[in-house]
Amino acid sequence: MPLYLCKGIYFMDQTELIPHLFRTEYRKIVSVLCRLFGIEYIEIAEDIVSDTFLLASELWGLKGLPENPTAWLYVVAKNKTKDYLKRNSLFAQTISKEIKSNAKTSEEIEIDLSSENINDSQLAMIFVVCHPCIPAEAQIGLALNLLCGFGVDEIAHAFLTNKSATYKRLQRAKEKLRTEKIEIEQPTLAEIDDRLSTVLMVLYLLFNEGYYSSSQDTTLRKDICQEAIRLTYLLIENEQTNQPFTNALLSLMCFQSSRFDARLDQNGETILYHEQDTDLWDQELIAKGEYFLNQASRGDRISKYHLEAGIAYWHTFKADTKEKWENILQLYNQLLLIEYSPIAALNRTYALSKANGKKEAIIEAEKINLTGNHLYHSLLGELYTDIDNSKAISHWQKALALAKSTTDRTLISARMRQILL
Amino acid sequence: MKDFLLVYRTDYNTIPKGASPEQMQAAAKRWMDWIGGIAAQNKLIDRGNRLVPSGKVVKADNVIADGPYTEIKECIVGYSIVKATSIEEATELTKGCPILAVGGNVEVREINVI
Repeated sequence: MPLYLCKGIYFMDQTELIPHLFRTEYRKIVSVLCRLFGIEYIEIAEDIVSDTFLLASELWGLKGLPENPTAWLYVVAKNKTKDYLKRNSLFAQTISKEIKSNAKTSEEIEIDLSSENINDSQLAMIFVVCHPCIPAEAQIGLALNLLCGFGVDEIAHAFLTNKSATYKRLQRAKEKLRTEKIEIEQPTLAEIDDRLSTVLMVLYLLFNEGYYSSSQDTTLRKDICQEAIRLTYLLIENEQTNQPFTNALLSLMCFQSSRFDARLDQNGETILYHEQDTDLWDQELIAKGEYFLNQASRGDRISKYHLEAGIAYWHTFKADTKEKWENILQLYNQLLLIEYSPIAALNRTYALSKANGKKEAIIEAEKINLTGNHLYHSLLGELYTDIDNSKAISHWQKALALAKSTTDRTLISARMRQILL
Repeated sequence: MKDFLLVYRTDYNTIPKGASPEQMQAAAKRWMDWIGGIAAQNKLIDRGNRLVPSGKVVKADNVIADGPYTEIKECIVGYSIVKATSIEEATELTKGCPILAVGGNVEVREINVI
């Protein structure tokens, strides 16, 4: 288990401990039970685990904490599962047939909550949640719920939507899992390339949801990023999924996370890169990023994760050097050849101004012509500063009019004031 | 949007022989910066490829000659595919193409999809 999940567990009282265990253990037991039952019975699995937690909150409040709360949860969940199978013998027969187990009766069905089986089940669940039949926008919510143990409240909070809409979206996605009867198993070697790329994309989006979310709740955002890292690390630990692309993605996440504490102030407001306190950059995560980037350079194919990790690597050097910006520019050039995105086009043009000068960058920026995007006008505002300040101001004003979030508006106004002074 | 083929032509003899690694890197940077600029406008379909100077030209009656004639002034050295709304817009994209700086030219042709 990654260290950050263990910290302070022994100092928690019962009111803190149950939500904590819910986050870390709910998903594990659910994935083991789902793998045993089949994904179409996910509701039964979730009910059994919810019942277990309900019993914990009743009993622990009355009798105090058991010696080993996690082990207690596992024992109770196992017993509840066996009880359920005893009471529903027809269901027990179906599943024992399906899992082709040697068990003749429900009593003999082994519920394996060893850490090895938990890891295998979670890995298999990642592939289920990231199945191509689930729409992309539902996958992130489903991943947060089933793979990361986030409740409806937290997911709604992260997405800045209301609880009932989030709940409905999750139910629909789970219904889809049931009706498609997706096998809970790791894909075969032949399928892995195809399936793994969807999984990596979902984990990439999950991380970005935490990293770039406009939610002010920094603890929640950090948790989402750490969960994305944990899931990607699960893929690294498995020989089959420990591919160069996976390492490149993890490297990118490590480099980005290294600046997490430096890029937000105590109110959750963004601090721009060049104003960040480098003492707050997490050197340990930077070193991990470098390690996984080296691992990612095996193989002969390059992904957008490699290029984005490379860009993030050069951002770990604060000083503006020719070498830094030239490398960033070339990485953006390559990234755009693989996949166009407006943000990559804008960042590429900023790198161009640093590497080749503002005049060339202004010509290129005006060709991009993303006039409806506040970041486009912010970029031109930045480029025209000290070259033609009246044009700079006019672009900052357009940026201000187009910006939606308060954070963006605050940043733009601050920049305008600096020029006017 | 229509697709356009950009054909790069130049005189092979103007390409300096035995360029230093620094010169080669500088040339690669000029191309990447130019093609990256097209990609940043979301108008690049395929960066294309360079062509090796030597080749064969096949004519009727099984006549096979060495070619193309690298001594001629306008030899095809590479190609890319871009997208644009008109031939004028596609032509505009060729501005700043590094081939122009070495005396070469770019031919812009709309692709008539079969």
